[in-house]
Amino acid sequence: MNKIRIATVWLDGCSGCHMSFLDMDERLLAIADQIDLVYSPLVDAKVFPENVDLTFVEGAVSNDDDLHKLKIVRSRTRLLAALGDCAVTSNVPGMRNYFSRDEILRRAYLENASFNQSIPSEVIPRLLPKSKPIHEIVKVDLFVPGCPPHAESIFTALAALLEGRLPDPGSTLRFG
Amino acid sequence: MTKLITIDPVTRIEGHSRITIRLDEHGEVDIARLHITQFRGFEKFVEGRPFQEMPSLTARTCGICPISHLLASAKACDEIMAVRIPESAAMLRRLINYAQIIQSHALSFFHLSSPDLLLGMDSDPALRHILGVAAKFPELAKDGIWLRKFGQQIIELTSGKRIHPSWIVPGGVNQALSPEARDAIVVQLSQALAIARKTLDWFKPVISRFQDEIDSFANFPSLFMALVSPDGTIEHYDGSIRIVDAQRRIVADQIAACDYADTIGEAVEADSYLKSPYFKLLGYPQGIYRVGPLARLNVCERLGTPLAESELGQFRALQPDGAVLSSFHYHCARLIEILHALERVGELLAAPEILGMPVRAIANPNKREGIGVSEAPRGTLIHHYRIDDNGLISWANLIIATGHNNLAMNRGITQVAKRFVKAAKISEGALNRVEAVIRCFDPCLSCSTHALGQMMLRIELVDPAGEMLDCCER
Ligand code: SF4
Repeated sequence: MNKIRIATVWLDGCSGCHMSFLDMDERLLAIADQIDLVYSPLVDAKVFPENVDLTFVEGAVSNDDDLHKLKIVRSRTRLLAALGDCAVTSNVPGMRNYFSRDEILRRAYLENASFNQSIPSEVIPRLLPKSKPIHEIVKVDLFVPGCPPHAESIFTALAALLEGRLPDPGSTLRFG
Repeated sequence: MTKLITIDPVTRIEGHSRITIRLDEHGEVDIARLHITQFRGFEKFVEGRPFQEMPSLTARTCGICPISHLLASAKACDEIMAVRIPESAAMLRRLINYAQIIQSHALSFFHLSSPDLLLGMDSDPALRHILGVAAKFPELAKDGIWLRKFGQQIIELTSGKRIHPSWIVPGGVNQALSPEARDAIVVQLSQALAIARKTLDWFKPVISRFQDEIDSFANFPSLFMALVSPDGTIEHYDGSIRIVDAQRRIVADQIAACDYADTIGEAVEADSYLKSPYFKLLGYPQGIYRVGPLARLNVCERLGTPLAESELGQFRALQPDGAVLSSFHYHCARLIEILHALERVGELLAAPEILGMPVRAIANPNKREGIGVSEAPRGTLIHHYRIDDNGLISWANLIIATGHNNLAMNRGITQVAKRFVKAAKISEGALNRVEAVIRCFDPCLSCSTHALGQMMLRIELVDPAGEMLDCCER
């Protein structure tokens, strides 16, 4: 049997959604022979591969890199799932949208610093003016809400996809 | 003409970052830099929120150590309310903090670093991950997954939710522990202790195989900082700040949370969203110090639980003349801390007061400012808030555990790159080692401020003015 090629991507989130993915615990080992984890913060691949069957995206789109990555991920993935509230609504990263980019950078690097007060700008990606949910940038096939989604919800979604069905996330929904 | 090597993203770490390595005209490594590429903005956007929301909000800086943020934040709020929390509440906060240390250290050791340690630094990158370990060493992978699960279960049984529970609140916690939940934890403790001891017994004899890594993985004299109790015992929840030097001589001691800003400064660097804290007395960058498991073991006088204490004796023997300096030994320190945390969980659950009531002190704000400090799995965590007349946050500063290690991580990758990266041939194993030194520190970069690139290993040729002349990818 061909293994299903799965990726997980971390944009502007707290990794809590990835931790909830790991909270599938031993069930991860049980499905290990059906899946190929081809790209994830948990593995060493540096390039997002072609022909990925399913990608879970955690986090909102907050900087140039996030934007760029998300577009590449979409173009190489058959089914794209927004994992968790940050990806679904922009959630916590979106809270900065009430302030200007300059205000939030000034707080961190001018006001709350004691040496070389200045706004970092070399090598690192630039913040976007607003933090956005991923569906505003690309087409999303499946939404898995929660902060983070319960491991049960992720497993239910994954199990359905492994059987070739589209899951019904409503059955395991939780708020917060 | 100089060359620049970029590793992007750094993988099997908890966060977004890239590394650049600059080669000089002779093709020798000049300097390596770690760039943290994520910026969150918490310190600003919490402005205007009721202070009571802060624990739940700031927990969202990090899904790996949310409990640490919940605790440091709740402690800052306790101070704003000017309350002393009930004894049972303090015990429950300690319990959940140990649970988090167990799960987070298990994640770092088994899920993220064991592929390097078991499969080898030079092994096939396509298989060098936890599922790869599971295929070759199923027993160890199972143990690791079980141990992390155990930590997460304690959190769930205590607080109702594994990640981002809303149970830790200003003034204490919002529900007492049930006898059923306690018993469900207690029955699993002996298996957890057995796994922790088995892992240490396996790991200690293999350490010597990594002599090259021990010598070069951020192995240099520095200061170390951690919380200790008044008598110098290791502390993870309360206590005050102590700093020791490379000889383990105390250079600063019993610094109360409220005085952190006199002791530590924060420097900005142009190429990273992560600031670099430094010990003010020595200035920047001479005031370099390390935090986390290695630092805690170097700083404290004792661990105070029998099994961990005997391991500490062996740990000290790694470097009898002073502090253990190689950051490779973070791994060992982490395993010893798991053992210690499990012993403490046993002690706490054996005390009848753990089920006691009340568990929450109620008060309005009585002060305009509050500072909370606790030891996160990765090191000392500081939350500092000010509120207005209405109890709304007017200013906040967070110093995240990983930040303290920024200077040391940068010096560490330069050291390891000088040792393993030879310009003529940049092997995959060499690049993995540059990342592996970062994994020793177990940085939690989502906390701090990650990168999935279509760029992977990129070698850029740049002239001394930084202009790119050529670029190749592999
Ligand atoms: S949805 Fe919640 S758990 Fe997931 S990344 Fe966002 S804040 Fe973290």
